[in-house]
Amino acid sequence: MTEPPRLAVIGAGPAGLAATLAAAARGVRVTLVDAGQGPGGQFWRQPAPELRARRPQALHHQWRTWKRLRTGLDTHLTAGRVTYLTDHHVWCVERESAGFTVHALLGPEQERPVSVRADGVLLATGGYEKVLPFPGWTLPGVITAGGAQAMLKGGLVLPGRTAVVAGTGPLLLPVATGLASAGARVVAVVDSTDPRAFVRRAGVLVREPTKLAEGAGYAARLLRYGVKAVMCHAVLEAHGTERLEGVTVAALDRRGRPVPGGTRYITCDTLAVSHGLLPHTDLADGLGCGLDGSAVRVDAEQRTDVPGVWAAGEATGIGGATLSLAEGHIAGRSAAARLRGILPDPASWAPAARTRTRLRTFFTALDSVYTPPARWAEQVTDDTVVCRCEEVTAGAVREAVGGLGAGDLRTVKLLTRAGMGWCQGRVCEAGVAGVAGCPPTPGRRLLARPVPLGVLAEAGDEGGAGGGA
Amino acid sequence: MNPLDLVRARPDAAFRLTFDGRPIEALPGQTVAAALWTAGEMSWRTTRGSGTSRGVFCGIGVCHDCLVTVDGRPNLRACLVPAEPGADVRTQEGTGHHDD
Repeated sequence: MTEPPRLAVIGAGPAGLAATLAAAARGVRVTLVDAGQGPGGQFWRQPAPELRARRPQALHHQWRTWKRLRTGLDTHLTAGRVTYLTDHHVWCVERESAGFTVHALLGPEQERPVSVRADGVLLATGGYEKVLPFPGWTLPGVITAGGAQAMLKGGLVLPGRTAVVAGTGPLLLPVATGLASAGARVVAVVDSTDPRAFVRRAGVLVREPTKLAEGAGYAARLLRYGVKAVMCHAVLEAHGTERLEGVTVAALDRRGRPVPGGTRYITCDTLAVSHGLLPHTDLADGLGCGLDGSAVRVDAEQRTDVPGVWAAGEATGIGGATLSLAEGHIAGRSAAARLRGILPDPASWAPAARTRTRLRTFFTALDSVYTPPARWAEQVTDDTVVCRCEEVTAGAVREAVGGLGAGDLRTVKLLTRAGMGWCQGRVCEAGVAGVAGCPPTPGRRLLARPVPLGVLAEAGDEGGAGGGA
Repeated sequence: MNPLDLVRARPDAAFRLTFDGRPIEALPGQTVAAALWTAGEMSWRTTRGSGTSRGVFCGIGVCHDCLVTVDGRPNLRACLVPAEPGADVRTQEGTGHHDD
Protein backbone atom coordinates (compact mmCIF):
# COMPACT_ATOMS: atom_id res chain seq x y z
CA MET A 1 0.00 0.00 0.00
CA THR A 2 1.36 3.41 -0.89
CA GLU A 3 1.87 6.08 1.75
CA PRO A 4 -0.90 8.71 1.92
CA PRO A 5 0.10 12.17 0.62
CA ARG A 6 1.26 14.71 3.20
CA LEU A 7 -0.20 18.17 3.60
CA ALA A 8 1.30 20.83 5.87
CA VAL A 9 -1.34 23.26 7.16
CA ILE A 10 0.19 26.43 8.58
CA GLY A 11 -2.01 28.10 11.16
CA ALA A 12 -4.50 26.53 13.58
CA GLY A 13 -7.13 29.26 13.51
CA PRO A 14 -10.61 28.81 11.97
CA ALA A 15 -9.32 28.38 8.38
CA GLY A 16 -6.48 26.02 9.30
CA LEU A 17 -8.66 23.86 11.53
CA ALA A 18 -11.44 23.57 8.93
CA ALA A 19 -8.85 22.69 6.29
CA THR A 20 -7.14 20.14 8.53
CA LEU A 21 -10.41 18.37 9.32
CA ALA A 22 -11.52 18.37 5.68
CA ALA A 23 -8.21 17.00 4.38
CA ALA A 24 -7.61 14.46 7.16
CA ALA A 25 -11.08 12.99 6.63
CA ARG A 26 -10.20 12.37 2.97
CA GLY A 27 -7.07 10.26 3.11
CA VAL A 28 -4.37 12.86 3.59
CA ARG A 29 -1.78 12.86 6.35
CA VAL A 30 -1.87 16.39 7.79
CA THR A 31 0.80 18.16 9.81
CA LEU A 32 -0.79 21.18 11.46
CA VAL A 33 1.89 23.73 12.33
CA ASP A 34 1.02 26.65 14.60
CA ALA A 35 2.77 29.34 16.63
CA GLY A 36 0.24 29.21 19.47
CA GLN A 37 0.25 27.07 22.60
CA GLY A 38 -3.06 25.52 21.59
CA PRO A 39 -5.41 25.51 18.58
CA GLY A 40 -7.91 28.27 17.85
CA GLY A 41 -5.81 31.07 16.42
CA GLN A 42 -6.44 34.60 17.60
CA PHE A 43 -10.21 34.24 17.16
CA TRP A 44 -10.52 31.26 19.54
CA ARG A 45 -7.45 32.02 21.63
CA GLN A 46 -7.91 30.08 24.88
CA PRO A 47 -6.77 30.83 28.42
CA ALA A 48 -3.58 28.94 29.29
CA PRO A 49 -4.66 25.47 30.50
CA GLU A 50 -2.94 26.06 33.86
CA LEU A 51 -5.43 28.89 34.51
CA ARG A 52 -8.16 26.22 34.54
CA ALA A 53 -10.97 28.33 33.17
CA ARG A 54 -14.29 26.52 33.61
CA ARG A 55 -16.25 28.92 31.44
CA PRO A 56 -13.85 30.15 28.72
CA GLN A 57 -16.85 30.66 26.43
CA ALA A 58 -17.64 33.84 28.39
CA LEU A 59 -14.96 35.52 26.27
CA HIS A 60 -15.95 33.91 22.97
CA HIS A 61 -18.38 33.65 20.11
CA GLN A 62 -19.45 30.68 17.99
CA TRP A 63 -18.50 28.39 20.86
CA ARG A 64 -20.41 25.40 19.48
CA THR A 65 -18.45 25.61 16.22
CA TRP A 66 -15.22 25.74 18.22
CA LYS A 67 -16.22 22.66 20.23
CA ARG A 68 -17.00 20.78 17.02
CA LEU A 69 -13.62 21.69 15.49
CA ARG A 70 -11.77 20.84 18.69
CA THR A 71 -13.48 17.43 18.94
CA GLY A 72 -12.76 16.78 15.26
CA LEU A 73 -9.10 17.61 15.72
CA ASP A 74 -8.84 15.33 18.76
CA THR A 75 -10.44 12.47 16.83
CA HIS A 76 -7.94 12.81 13.98
CA LEU A 77 -5.04 13.14 16.42
CA THR A 78 -6.06 9.93 18.19
CA ALA A 79 -6.41 8.13 14.86
CA GLY A 80 -2.94 9.33 13.85
CA ARG A 81 -4.17 11.15 10.75
CA VAL A 82 -3.02 14.56 12.03
CA THR A 83 0.22 15.61 13.68
CA TYR A 84 -0.19 18.87 15.56
CA LEU A 85 2.89 20.99 16.28
CA THR A 86 2.37 23.86 18.75
CA ASP A 87 4.77 26.72 19.44
CA HIS A 88 6.26 26.30 15.95
CA HIS A 89 6.99 29.70 14.43
CA VAL A 90 7.28 29.23 10.66
CA TRP A 91 9.78 31.57 9.03
CA CYS A 92 9.99 30.14 5.53
CA VAL A 93 8.45 27.52 3.25
CA GLU A 94 10.90 26.15 0.73
CA ARG A 95 9.85 24.72 -2.63
CA GLU A 96 11.75 21.66 -3.72
CA SER A 97 11.70 19.39 -6.76
CA ALA A 98 9.27 17.02 -5.04
CA GLY A 99 7.30 18.92 -2.44
CA PHE A 100 8.01 21.46 0.24
CA THR A 101 9.97 21.97 3.43
CA VAL A 102 8.42 24.10 6.14
CA HIS A 103 11.07 25.73 8.33
CA ALA A 104 10.05 26.70 11.86
CA LEU A 105 11.63 27.92 15.07
CA LEU A 106 10.61 26.47 18.39
CA GLY A 107 9.79 27.89 21.75
CA PRO A 108 9.15 31.33 23.19
CA GLU A 109 12.67 32.43 22.33
CA GLN A 110 12.28 30.98 18.83
CA GLU A 111 15.78 29.66 18.45
CA ARG A 112 15.56 25.90 17.91
CA PRO A 113 15.04 25.04 14.22
CA VAL A 114 12.70 22.30 13.00
CA SER A 115 11.72 21.38 9.46
CA VAL A 116 8.62 19.58 8.19
CA ARG A 117 8.40 17.88 4.78
CA ALA A 118 5.15 17.81 2.84
CA ASP A 119 3.74 17.19 -0.64
CA GLY A 120 1.44 20.20 -0.42
CA VAL A 121 1.13 23.31 1.72
CA LEU A 122 -1.98 25.10 2.91
CA LEU A 123 -1.42 28.63 4.18
CA ALA A 124 -3.91 29.67 6.86
CA THR A 125 -1.67 32.37 8.26
CA GLY A 126 -4.41 34.81 9.24
CA GLY A 127 -3.99 38.54 9.53
CA TYR A 128 -2.56 41.16 11.81
CA GLU A 129 -3.70 44.50 12.98
CA LYS A 130 -3.36 47.80 11.22
CA VAL A 131 -2.81 50.81 13.47
CA LEU A 132 -2.23 54.25 12.01
CA PRO A 133 0.06 56.63 13.92
CA PHE A 134 -1.06 59.66 15.93
CA PRO A 135 0.73 61.85 18.49
CA GLY A 136 1.26 59.85 21.69
CA TRP A 137 0.64 56.38 20.23
CA THR A 138 3.97 55.06 21.57
CA LEU A 139 3.02 55.74 25.21
CA PRO A 140 2.74 52.66 27.41
CA GLY A 141 -0.98 52.09 27.88
CA VAL A 142 -1.72 52.56 24.18
CA ILE A 143 -2.19 49.05 22.78
CA THR A 144 -3.78 47.51 19.76
CA ALA A 145 -7.41 46.47 20.19
CA GLY A 146 -6.56 42.93 19.11
CA GLY A 147 -3.63 42.89 21.53
CA ALA A 148 -5.86 43.85 24.44
CA GLN A 149 -8.23 41.05 23.41
CA ALA A 150 -5.41 38.51 23.01
CA MET A 151 -3.96 39.30 26.44
CA LEU A 152 -7.43 39.03 27.96
CA LYS A 153 -8.37 35.76 26.24
CA GLY A 154 -4.99 34.10 26.77
CA GLY A 155 -3.72 35.47 30.08
CA LEU A 156 -6.97 36.66 31.68
CA VAL A 157 -5.52 40.10 32.34
CA LEU A 158 -6.63 43.67 31.70
CA PRO A 159 -4.26 46.47 30.74
CA GLY A 160 -5.76 49.05 33.09
CA ARG A 161 -8.91 50.22 34.78
CA THR A 162 -10.29 52.90 32.48
CA ALA A 163 -10.23 52.28 28.75
CA VAL A 164 -11.06 54.04 25.51
CA VAL A 165 -11.49 51.83 22.44
CA ALA A 166 -10.90 53.73 19.22
CA GLY A 167 -10.20 53.63 15.50
CA THR A 168 -12.34 52.04 12.85
CA GLY A 169 -13.61 48.60 11.94
CA PRO A 170 -15.81 45.76 13.14
CA LEU A 171 -13.25 44.70 15.78
CA LEU A 172 -13.91 47.68 18.07
CA LEU A 173 -17.29 46.48 19.39
CA PRO A 174 -16.25 42.94 20.44
CA VAL A 175 -13.06 44.29 22.02
CA ALA A 176 -14.97 46.93 23.98
CA THR A 177 -17.55 44.33 25.04
CA GLY A 178 -14.84 41.91 26.14
CA LEU A 179 -12.97 44.50 28.18
CA ALA A 180 -16.18 45.74 29.83
CA SER A 181 -17.43 42.24 30.68
CA ALA A 182 -14.04 41.43 32.26
CA GLY A 183 -14.29 44.42 34.57
CA ALA A 184 -12.67 47.35 32.78
CA ARG A 185 -14.49 50.66 32.78
CA VAL A 186 -14.81 51.39 29.06
CA VAL A 187 -15.49 55.12 28.97
CA ALA A 188 -15.91 55.48 25.22
CA VAL A 189 -15.88 53.65 21.90
CA VAL A 190 -14.69 56.14 19.33
CA ASP A 191 -15.21 55.18 15.68
CA SER A 192 -14.22 57.53 12.88
CA THR A 193 -16.69 55.97 10.45
CA ASP A 194 -19.44 58.19 9.12
CA PRO A 195 -22.78 56.38 9.67
CA ARG A 196 -23.93 57.68 6.27
CA ALA A 197 -21.42 55.30 4.70
CA PHE A 198 -23.51 52.40 6.09
CA VAL A 199 -26.62 53.84 4.54
CA ARG A 200 -24.92 54.02 1.15
CA ARG A 201 -24.05 50.31 1.32
CA ALA A 202 -27.27 49.27 3.09
CA GLY A 203 -28.44 47.24 0.08
CA VAL A 204 -25.57 44.79 0.46
CA LEU A 205 -25.28 44.89 4.24
CA VAL A 206 -28.92 43.97 4.98
CA ARG A 207 -28.49 40.73 3.06
CA GLU A 208 -26.39 39.41 5.94
CA PRO A 209 -28.87 39.53 8.86
CA THR A 210 -26.78 37.30 11.15
CA LYS A 211 -23.85 39.70 10.91
CA LEU A 212 -26.08 42.68 11.57
CA ALA A 213 -27.61 40.88 14.54
CA GLU A 214 -24.12 40.20 15.86
CA GLY A 215 -23.31 43.92 15.68
CA ALA A 216 -26.61 44.81 17.33
CA GLY A 217 -25.90 42.27 20.08
CA TYR A 218 -22.58 43.96 20.90
CA ALA A 219 -24.21 47.37 20.85
CA ALA A 220 -26.92 46.17 23.27
CA ARG A 221 -24.36 44.70 25.67
CA LEU A 222 -22.30 47.89 25.58
CA LEU A 223 -25.42 49.85 26.42
CA ARG A 224 -25.96 47.60 29.44
CA TYR A 225 -22.39 48.28 30.58
CA GLY A 226 -23.08 51.99 30.16
CA VAL A 227 -20.50 52.35 27.41
CA LYS A 228 -20.90 55.34 25.13
CA ALA A 229 -20.19 54.74 21.46
CA VAL A 230 -19.66 57.69 19.14
CA MET A 231 -19.31 57.66 15.36
CA CYS A 232 -17.59 60.27 13.23
CA HIS A 233 -15.07 60.90 16.01
CA ALA A 234 -11.36 60.11 16.30
CA VAL A 235 -8.61 60.17 18.89
CA LEU A 236 -6.36 63.06 17.88
CA GLU A 237 -3.71 62.62 20.54
CA ALA A 238 -2.76 60.40 23.46
CA HIS A 239 -1.35 62.27 26.47
CA GLY A 240 1.00 61.29 29.27
CA THR A 241 4.64 61.36 30.26
CA GLU A 242 5.71 57.88 31.35
CA ARG A 243 2.36 56.28 30.55
CA LEU A 244 -1.06 57.11 29.14
CA GLU A 245 -3.11 59.56 31.18
CA GLY A 246 -5.79 60.62 28.72
CA VAL A 247 -6.79 61.21 25.12
CA THR A 248 -8.10 64.11 23.07
CA VAL A 249 -11.10 63.07 21.00
CA ALA A 250 -12.44 65.18 18.14
CA ALA A 251 -15.62 65.25 16.12
CA LEU A 252 -14.90 64.91 12.40
CA ASP A 253 -16.49 66.84 9.56
CA ARG A 254 -17.69 65.28 6.30
CA ARG A 255 -14.17 65.32 4.89
CA GLY A 256 -12.71 63.60 7.94
CA ARG A 257 -11.16 66.72 9.44
CA PRO A 258 -11.54 67.67 13.11
CA VAL A 259 -14.36 70.15 13.64
CA PRO A 260 -12.92 73.35 15.21
CA GLY A 261 -13.96 73.50 18.85
CA GLY A 262 -15.21 69.91 18.66
CA THR A 263 -12.53 68.35 20.85
CA ARG A 264 -12.70 67.00 24.38
CA TYR A 265 -10.29 65.37 26.82
CA ILE A 266 -11.04 61.94 28.28
CA THR A 267 -9.06 60.63 31.24
CA CYS A 268 -8.03 57.00 30.77
CA ASP A 269 -5.11 54.64 31.46
CA THR A 270 -5.74 52.42 28.44
CA LEU A 271 -6.34 53.17 24.77
CA ALA A 272 -7.11 50.12 22.64
CA VAL A 273 -6.81 51.19 19.04
CA SER A 274 -7.31 49.52 15.66
CA HIS A 275 -7.79 50.63 12.07
CA GLY A 276 -8.63 47.26 10.57
CA LEU A 277 -6.71 44.11 9.73
CA LEU A 278 -4.15 43.19 7.09
CA PRO A 279 -3.64 39.73 5.57
CA HIS A 280 -0.47 37.89 6.59
CA THR A 281 1.17 37.16 3.25
CA ASP A 282 4.89 36.75 4.03
CA LEU A 283 5.04 32.97 3.56
CA ALA A 284 2.92 33.16 0.39
CA ASP A 285 5.13 35.93 -0.95
CA GLY A 286 8.27 33.94 -0.19
CA LEU A 287 6.84 31.00 -2.14
CA GLY A 288 6.13 33.21 -5.13
CA CYS A 289 2.33 33.23 -4.82
CA GLY A 290 0.71 36.22 -6.51
CA LEU A 291 -1.17 38.82 -4.50
CA ASP A 292 -4.41 40.67 -5.23
CA GLY A 293 -3.87 44.01 -3.53
CA SER A 294 -2.76 43.06 -0.04
CA ALA A 295 -4.19 39.50 -0.05
CA VAL A 296 -3.03 36.16 -1.43
CA ARG A 297 -4.65 35.49 -4.80
CA VAL A 298 -6.62 32.23 -4.96
CA ASP A 299 -8.91 30.50 -7.46
CA ALA A 300 -12.33 28.92 -6.79
CA GLU A 301 -10.61 25.95 -5.10
CA GLN A 302 -8.48 28.25 -2.89
CA ARG A 303 -5.38 27.34 -4.91
CA THR A 304 -2.64 29.96 -5.14
CA ASP A 305 -0.62 30.59 -8.32
CA VAL A 306 1.99 28.11 -7.09
CA PRO A 307 1.14 24.43 -7.75
CA GLY A 308 0.77 22.53 -4.49
CA VAL A 309 0.07 25.64 -2.41
CA TRP A 310 -3.42 26.50 -1.13
CA ALA A 311 -4.44 29.52 0.97
CA ALA A 312 -7.53 30.16 3.08
CA GLY A 313 -8.90 32.58 5.65
CA GLU A 314 -7.73 36.11 6.40
CA ALA A 315 -4.54 35.62 4.34
CA THR A 316 -6.73 35.72 1.21
CA GLY A 317 -8.68 38.79 2.39
CA ILE A 318 -10.06 39.91 5.74
CA GLY A 319 -13.55 38.50 6.27
CA GLY A 320 -13.96 36.99 9.72
CA ALA A 321 -14.23 33.50 11.15
CA THR A 322 -17.24 32.19 9.22
CA LEU A 323 -15.69 33.05 5.85
CA SER A 324 -12.39 31.54 7.04
CA LEU A 325 -14.16 28.30 7.95
CA ALA A 326 -15.79 28.08 4.52
CA GLU A 327 -12.52 28.79 2.71
CA GLY A 328 -10.58 26.36 4.87
CA HIS A 329 -13.13 23.62 4.22
CA ILE A 330 -12.93 24.15 0.45
CA ALA A 331 -9.13 24.35 0.47
CA GLY A 332 -8.83 21.18 2.54
CA ARG A 333 -11.14 19.23 0.23
CA SER A 334 -9.41 20.48 -2.89
CA ALA A 335 -5.96 19.66 -1.46
CA ALA A 336 -7.08 16.18 -0.38
CA ALA A 337 -8.36 15.35 -3.85
CA ARG A 338 -5.53 16.84 -5.86
CA LEU A 339 -2.74 15.44 -3.68
CA ARG A 340 -4.29 12.00 -4.23
CA GLY A 341 -4.38 12.62 -7.96
CA ILE A 342 -8.16 13.00 -8.18
CA LEU A 343 -10.08 15.88 -9.76
CA PRO A 344 -12.17 17.48 -7.01
CA ASP A 345 -15.90 17.93 -7.51
CA PRO A 346 -16.86 21.51 -6.61
CA ALA A 347 -20.51 20.39 -6.23
CA SER A 348 -19.42 18.52 -3.09
CA TRP A 349 -18.61 21.80 -1.31
CA ALA A 350 -21.41 23.89 -2.79
CA PRO A 351 -22.84 25.11 0.56
CA ALA A 352 -19.39 26.36 1.66
CA ALA A 353 -18.90 28.02 -1.72
CA ARG A 354 -22.25 29.84 -1.36
CA THR A 355 -21.26 31.05 2.12
CA ARG A 356 -17.95 32.23 0.70
CA THR A 357 -19.57 34.21 -2.12
CA ARG A 358 -22.09 35.81 0.24
CA LEU A 359 -19.56 36.79 2.90
CA ARG A 360 -16.96 38.06 0.45
CA THR A 361 -19.57 40.42 -0.98
CA PHE A 362 -20.57 41.50 2.53
CA PHE A 363 -17.00 42.17 3.68
CA THR A 364 -16.11 44.03 0.49
CA ALA A 365 -19.01 46.37 1.29
CA LEU A 366 -18.05 46.58 4.97
CA ASP A 367 -14.48 47.34 4.02
CA SER A 368 -15.61 50.30 1.94
CA VAL A 369 -17.56 51.62 4.95
CA TYR A 370 -14.88 51.19 7.60
CA THR A 371 -12.14 53.36 6.20
CA PRO A 372 -9.93 55.64 8.26
CA PRO A 373 -10.66 59.38 7.84
CA ALA A 374 -9.41 60.44 4.41
CA ARG A 375 -7.13 63.11 5.85
CA TRP A 376 -5.87 61.28 8.93
CA ALA A 377 -2.20 61.87 8.01
CA GLU A 378 -2.67 65.65 8.34
CA GLN A 379 -3.14 65.17 12.08
CA VAL A 380 0.23 63.41 12.48
CA THR A 381 2.63 66.09 13.75
CA ASP A 382 6.24 66.16 12.48
CA ASP A 383 7.64 65.05 15.83
CA THR A 384 5.35 61.98 16.01
CA VAL A 385 7.26 58.70 15.79
CA VAL A 386 5.74 56.74 12.89
CA CYS A 387 8.12 53.75 12.82
CA ARG A 388 8.09 52.50 16.41
CA CYS A 389 11.13 50.20 16.17
CA GLU A 390 13.55 52.65 14.53
CA GLU A 391 11.95 55.77 16.07
CA VAL A 392 11.56 57.49 12.70
CA THR A 393 9.41 60.62 12.92
CA ALA A 394 6.74 61.82 10.51
CA GLY A 395 8.99 64.85 9.90
CA ALA A 396 11.81 62.58 8.68
CA VAL A 397 9.43 60.75 6.36
CA ARG A 398 8.09 64.04 4.98
CA GLU A 399 11.65 65.31 4.50
CA ALA A 400 12.48 62.12 2.56
CA VAL A 401 9.50 62.77 0.25
CA GLY A 402 9.58 66.57 0.02
CA GLY A 403 13.28 67.38 0.39
CA LEU A 404 14.92 64.26 -0.97
CA GLY A 405 12.33 63.32 -3.59
CA ALA A 406 11.43 59.80 -2.47
CA GLY A 407 8.43 58.74 -4.56
CA ASP A 408 7.73 55.27 -3.23
CA LEU A 409 7.69 53.40 0.05
CA ARG A 410 10.91 51.51 -0.64
CA THR A 411 12.90 54.72 -1.16
CA VAL A 412 11.36 56.25 1.96
CA LYS A 413 12.49 53.15 3.84
CA LEU A 414 16.03 53.33 2.49
CA LEU A 415 16.35 57.04 3.31
CA THR A 416 14.83 56.95 6.78
CA ARG A 417 15.14 53.34 8.05
CA ALA A 418 11.36 53.31 8.58
CA GLY A 419 10.34 49.63 8.54
CA MET A 420 13.87 48.26 9.00
CA GLY A 421 13.59 47.43 12.69
CA TRP A 422 12.47 44.37 14.63
CA CYS A 423 8.93 44.19 13.26
CA GLN A 424 10.13 44.66 9.68
CA GLY A 425 7.49 47.24 8.95
CA ARG A 426 4.48 45.13 9.93
CA VAL A 427 3.34 47.78 12.40
CA CYS A 428 4.34 50.95 10.55
CA GLU A 429 3.91 50.10 6.86
CA ALA A 430 0.42 51.53 6.42
CA GLY A 431 1.22 54.54 8.61
CA VAL A 432 4.47 55.43 6.87
CA ALA A 433 2.80 55.06 3.47
CA GLY A 434 -0.02 57.38 4.54
CA VAL A 435 2.30 60.05 5.92
CA ALA A 436 4.53 59.79 2.84
CA GLY A 437 1.54 59.89 0.50
CA CYS A 438 2.75 56.70 -1.23
CA PRO A 439 0.59 53.71 -2.16
CA PRO A 440 0.73 51.12 0.66
CA THR A 441 2.54 48.37 -1.22
CA PRO A 442 3.00 45.35 1.02
CA GLY A 443 6.65 44.94 2.03
CA ARG A 444 8.54 41.96 0.61
CA ARG A 445 10.11 40.06 3.42
CA LEU A 446 12.51 37.27 2.66
CA LEU A 447 11.82 35.68 6.04
CA ALA A 448 8.45 35.69 7.75
CA ARG A 449 9.97 36.35 11.18
CA PRO A 450 13.33 37.20 12.72
CA VAL A 451 15.72 34.23 12.51
CA PRO A 452 18.97 33.87 14.46
CA LEU A 453 21.98 33.96 12.13
CA GLY A 454 23.16 30.61 13.55
CA VAL A 455 19.95 28.98 12.28
CA LEU A 456 20.47 30.38 8.80
CA ALA A 457 24.11 29.27 8.84
CA GLU A 458 23.05 25.74 9.75
CA ALA A 459 20.07 25.62 7.39
CA GLY A 460 22.12 24.30 4.49
CA ASP A 461 23.83 21.79 6.70
CA GLU A 462 21.85 18.52 6.90
CA GLY A 463 23.16 17.68 10.34
CA GLY A 464 22.22 20.99 11.89
CA ALA A 465 18.68 21.64 10.70
CA GLY A 466 17.05 19.92 13.66
CA GLY A 467 14.74 16.96 13.76
CA GLY A 468 12.12 16.55 11.08
CA ALA A 469 8.57 15.91 12.20
CA MET B 1 -16.08 41.35 37.96
CA ASN B 2 -12.54 40.49 36.95
CA PRO B 3 -11.31 38.31 34.05
CA LEU B 4 -10.66 35.29 36.28
CA ASP B 5 -14.17 35.35 37.72
CA LEU B 6 -15.70 35.94 34.29
CA VAL B 7 -14.42 32.58 33.03
CA ARG B 8 -14.50 30.93 36.49
CA ALA B 9 -10.78 30.27 36.47
CA ARG B 10 -9.42 28.20 39.37
CA PRO B 11 -5.66 28.28 38.85
CA ASP B 12 -3.12 26.87 41.27
CA ALA B 13 -1.60 29.30 43.74
CA ALA B 14 0.19 32.37 42.42
CA PHE B 15 3.98 32.31 42.51
CA ARG B 16 6.55 35.01 42.94
CA LEU B 17 9.04 36.52 40.57
CA THR B 18 10.81 39.84 40.74
CA PHE B 19 10.55 42.91 38.54
CA ASP B 20 13.57 45.19 38.92
CA GLY B 21 14.20 43.51 42.25
CA ARG B 22 10.67 44.03 43.57
CA PRO B 23 8.54 40.92 44.18
CA ILE B 24 5.43 40.56 41.99
CA GLU B 25 2.99 37.68 41.58
CA ALA B 26 1.99 35.63 38.55
CA LEU B 27 -0.42 32.79 37.95
CA PRO B 28 0.67 29.51 36.37
CA GLY B 29 0.24 29.77 32.59
CA GLN B 30 0.58 33.53 32.36
CA THR B 31 3.22 35.27 30.28
CA VAL B 32 5.69 37.78 31.73
CA ALA B 33 3.61 40.57 30.17
CA ALA B 34 0.43 39.29 31.86
CA ALA B 35 2.24 39.15 35.20
CA LEU B 36 3.52 42.70 34.76
CA TRP B 37 0.05 44.00 33.82
CA THR B 38 -1.42 42.31 36.89
CA ALA B 39 1.20 44.09 39.00
CA GLY B 40 0.10 47.39 37.46
CA GLU B 41 3.25 47.75 35.34
CA MET B 42 2.74 49.03 31.79
CA SER B 43 6.32 49.78 30.71
CA TRP B 44 9.52 47.75 31.04
CA ARG B 45 11.73 48.94 28.25
CA THR B 46 13.38 52.15 27.12
CA THR B 47 14.14 52.71 23.44
CA ARG B 48 17.61 52.74 21.94
CA GLY B 49 17.29 56.24 20.45
CA SER B 50 15.30 58.58 22.64
CA GLY B 51 15.18 56.36 25.73
CA THR B 52 11.39 56.58 26.00
CA SER B 53 9.28 53.99 27.81
CA ARG B 54 7.51 51.16 26.03
CA GLY B 55 5.40 48.16 26.99
CA VAL B 56 2.96 45.83 25.25
CA PHE B 57 1.58 47.11 21.96
CA CYS B 58 0.43 44.22 19.74
CA GLY B 59 0.23 41.51 22.42
CA ILE B 60 0.83 38.67 19.93
CA GLY B 61 4.58 38.77 19.24
CA VAL B 62 4.57 40.87 16.06
CA CYS B 63 5.70 44.35 17.15
CA HIS B 64 8.66 43.62 19.51
CA ASP B 65 7.72 46.67 21.62
CA CYS B 66 7.49 44.62 24.84
CA LEU B 67 11.12 43.43 24.91
CA VAL B 68 12.34 42.60 28.37
CA THR B 69 15.36 41.09 30.12
CA VAL B 70 14.69 37.82 31.99
CA ASP B 71 17.40 36.13 34.05
CA GLY B 72 20.02 38.19 32.26
CA ARG B 73 18.74 37.40 28.73
CA PRO B 74 17.71 40.59 26.91
CA ASN B 75 15.33 41.07 23.95
CA LEU B 76 12.70 38.53 24.99
CA ARG B 77 9.15 39.37 24.02
CA ALA B 78 7.27 39.63 27.31
CA CYS B 79 3.97 38.78 25.58
CA LEU B 80 5.33 35.36 24.51
CA VAL B 81 7.67 34.33 27.34
CA PRO B 82 6.01 32.32 30.13
CA ALA B 83 6.47 33.68 33.64
CA GLU B 84 8.49 31.28 35.81
CA PRO B 85 8.71 31.12 39.60
CA GLY B 86 11.72 33.07 40.82
CA ALA B 87 12.44 34.70 37.45
CA ASP B 88 14.50 37.88 37.59
CA VAL B 89 12.65 40.23 35.22
CA ARG B 90 14.32 43.56 34.54
CA THR B 91 13.57 46.71 32.60
CA GLN B 92 15.53 46.58 29.36
CA GLU B 93 17.45 49.71 28.45
CA GLY B 94 18.33 50.31 24.81
CA THR B 95 19.58 47.20 23.05
CA GLY B 96 19.74 45.33 26.35
CA HIS B 97 23.48 44.98 25.99
CA HIS B 98 26.16 47.09 27.62
CA ASP B 99 27.59 48.21 24.30
CA ASP B 100 25.06 50.93 23.49
